Amino acid sequence: MSDTTTPRGDWPLYEVFVRGKRGLNHVHVGSLHAADDRMALTHARDLYTRRNEGVSIWVVRSDLITASTREERDPFFDPSADKVYRHPTFYDIPDDVPHI
Amino acid sequence: MTTTESGAPPAPGGTGPADLQERFEATIARDQRVEPRDWMPDGYRRTLIRQIAQHAHSEIIGMQPEAAWITRAPSLRRKAILLAKVQDEAGHGLYLYSAAETLGVDRAELNDRLLEGRQKYSSIFNYPTLTFADVGVIGWFVDGAAICNQVPLCRSSYGPYARAMVRVCKEESFHQRQGYELLRTMTRGTKAQREMVQDAVNRWWWPSLMMFGPPDENSPNSAQSMAWKIKRHSNDELRQRFVDMTVPQAEALGVTLPDPELRWNEERGRYDFGTPDFDELVRVIKGEGPCNAERMERRRTAHEEGAWVREAAAAHAAKQASRSKRGMAA
Ligand SMILES: [Fe+2]
Ligand SMILES: [Fe+2]
Repeated sequence: MSDTTTPRGDWPLYEVFVRGKRGLNHVHVGSLHAADDRMALTHARDLYTRRNEGVSIWVVRSDLITASTREERDPFFDPSADKVYRHPTFYDIPDDVPHI
Repeated sequence: MTTTESGAPPAPGGTGPADLQERFEATIARDQRVEPRDWMPDGYRRTLIRQIAQHAHSEIIGMQPEAAWITRAPSLRRKAILLAKVQDEAGHGLYLYSAAETLGVDRAELNDRLLEGRQKYSSIFNYPTLTFADVGVIGWFVDGAAICNQVPLCRSSYGPYARAMVRVCKEESFHQRQGYELLRTMTRGTKAQREMVQDAVNRWWWPSLMMFGPPDENSPNSAQSMAWKIKRHSNDELRQRFVDMTVPQAEALGVTLPDPELRWNEERGRYDFGTPDFDELVRVIKGEGPCNAERMERRRTAHEEGAWVREAAAAHAAKQASRSKRGMAA
């Protein structure tokens, strides 16, 4: 490191998302450092799909992701907590009514 | 992920230190995973950073003993297998550094800590690989021991660590099997080859048992790690599992394990075995193993010799970025 002129940590962090096979969503698999988007893609291929684990890869700079706040149970998610009528089980239908 | 935060402000009254601690403990007690942006005690974070970083360093340094044989592998088949195996170990190191970074530590900083000797790696990689049979025995013993250690870590309380372990464990099975298969091939060869296998087994057996760390009574941090469910089993329990798993494999291979105390214990339903030389373990961890200096020197040189690549890539990226900016302005 003594002889590097590049400031350390210069390669930004990327998050990697892989589509395992056709018909599935891309899923977050981890992160890596790369100098640019192209390198991030090739590194992601070498690191996360060495055994045909993917048919498509997305990479995105970690600092470009906007995320919800710390705790998963925080008030940010409250609006959906009290709306049981959004679920089919909320509705009483007699047993002898078919196909519903 | 290390990302910017937005959304609603924290709930009033629910985020005092006691609430946070309580919520953390409830998560652990319910066997749920702690995720990167959750509140966690400093000690939990520090322990994880140390453990994950040392695990990552071990994967990276662990490439060296076997890599020494890539150019001398006896066939193209063995060479391709060994290359793939060593490449996997690099991958394991990177999965783990990625997990460590979710705890707010910088990858370059972890690399510094390794190169400056401030963080350790597994003692096992400080032993030399004298013959090609060592490649087989490493796959069988060292990757086998790693599997014993890592399978329970797939249920570790810290989400990113557990997920990294799931990926690693899927790949370790190939490592262990290719090693065992290599040894089977050698034991069916000449007398000299069989002796080579037995010699490698004799040299690697005790250091492999040391991989599980000091005995439980000398492992002061274990209890806390187990309470936090970072670790799921004690060192001695994992060592016992490894012995129980390996003895029948040794019999099938036709080699002996160099332990006169090794015998089946009917009552316990497990094998009794001798005590590894834990003084040797302490010496090797302190840096006095046969290859400590060589491993560190090799790692430092590789890092320094790679500097121009990192610089060139950064310069290229900067140039491309400024070009595309100019393109947009035009
Ligand atoms: Fe590994
Ligand atoms: Fe391995």
